[in-house]
Amino acid sequence: MNVLTAQNIQKSFGGSEVLKDISFAIGEGEVLSIIGPSGSGKSTLLRCVTLLERIDSGRIAYGDLLMADTPAGQAKAVYSEGAVLQQIRRRFGLVFQNFNLFPHFTVMRNLTEAPVRVGKKDRKAAEEQARELLTKVGLADRETAYPCELSGGQQQRVAIARALAMQPDILFFDEPTSALDPELTGDILKVIRGLAEERMTMVIVTHEMAFARDVSDRVLFMDGGVIVEQGDPAQVIEHPQSERTKAFLSRFHQNGSGREWSDPA
Amino acid sequence: MLDDIVSILPQMMEPLLVTVTLFAFTLLFSLPLGLLVAFGRMSRIRPIRWIMQVYLLVMRGTPLMLQLIFFWFGLGLGSNGFTRLQTAIIAFSLNYAAYFAEIYRGGIESIPIGQREAANVLGFSKSQTFFRIIMPQVVKKILPPMGNEFMTLVKDTSLAQVIAVVEITNMASKIQARMVSILPIVVAGIFYLLMNAIVSKGFSLAEKKLSYYR
Repeated sequence: MNVLTAQNIQKSFGGSEVLKDISFAIGEGEVLSIIGPSGSGKSTLLRCVTLLERIDSGRIAYGDLLMADTPAGQAKAVYSEGAVLQQIRRRFGLVFQNFNLFPHFTVMRNLTEAPVRVGKKDRKAAEEQARELLTKVGLADRETAYPCELSGGQQQRVAIARALAMQPDILFFDEPTSALDPELTGDILKVIRGLAEERMTMVIVTHEMAFARDVSDRVLFMDGGVIVEQGDPAQVIEHPQSERTKAFLSRFHQNGSGREWSDPA
Repeated sequence: MLDDIVSILPQMMEPLLVTVTLFAFTLLFSLPLGLLVAFGRMSRIRPIRWIMQVYLLVMRGTPLMLQLIFFWFGLGLGSNGFTRLQTAIIAFSLNYAAYFAEIYRGGIESIPIGQREAANVLGFSKSQTFFRIIMPQVVKKILPPMGNEFMTLVKDTSLAQVIAVVEITNMASKIQARMVSILPIVVAGIFYLLMNAIVSKGFSLAEKKLSYYR
């Protein structure tokens, strides 16, 4: 069974349609990268599947749990009851572009607060797990630090650990390196690569083309609220079929490497 | 002069207690009430928002002294078994709740939306998000304007004399008339100064305590 299935997703803000009939699915252990120009709808898509935005119509399901569906003959999507949505929230984690760590909590507390308060985990067990996760992201020595004492790259690694602390089935990344200095992105990409090797199911919205090509099982190119092209990463990035994908990727290919790639916007 | 001061001080003790009581009870009621008003002001339900806006306009748009007179004589709290001090506490609490509400609102709205979103994605309930994630950060942000209000409240307690509450200023002017001396007024002023020195010190300690994060 797919970890996540999204069918015919539509979403408008005011009068403008941001997502037009988007369908995609992710299997267990799969790594999917979503690329595309600014305003293409890729972040909105991520926000819709993580319940930060509500879809207008379509269907979203996490395995056997239905988040929202549009009954036949009706225009608007109907969401499942709160208890189901809460269960769904336990299945995914989201890493934000701006980290969004809780500034008044130590690194340790950032990692344990949700498992203890939401997951009803024993604090001792939560702390033990947090230490393992901090070791994994290379910050074992910073558990008593506050977010403001960390660099952006370190904060983002804590944010990844915080998401992992809830033991999600699937992890979403919303441009995880876009707010970082170029020299700090490497650490984040290394952590994500490590997770991919452990067969963590992940969806990564990114502008790092070289990274998307190397780490993903599948790449999805979005533009103007539709999926223009998707498939094997090397295929989509090195030999795009559609003119829009070619135009978008031309800058990346001119620069020759993902690191120097910059958003046209 | 020392003799005069020695004769003034004992008479000022009970009024001092009245002033402190008015100050403390006003805070006790208006701090939580202000939070409720702030929620109402930010409510998604338009009529609630509208009612709160009217409340804020009336409370902040008319003199507290008039409100005191209105509560005592207009609403006749006096003839309904409330003491003068109790009436003053009610009027002060309703008035200060309006100011606190706007300070809370400013603080709450200044917290980046990402904090709520991060809490939401991690599965925190609405009340957990507010009390564990948002409010602690709000407290830190609103300390400076809160300090202002607390200090203003210390001085505003003197307004209670319009409904004949015998607080410091009221007593001081009575003694002044009797002694034909400005000394009681100076003593009263020193009392306010000392109280506000304590309030001010308290706030700077609180700010220091919360300076461990940005």
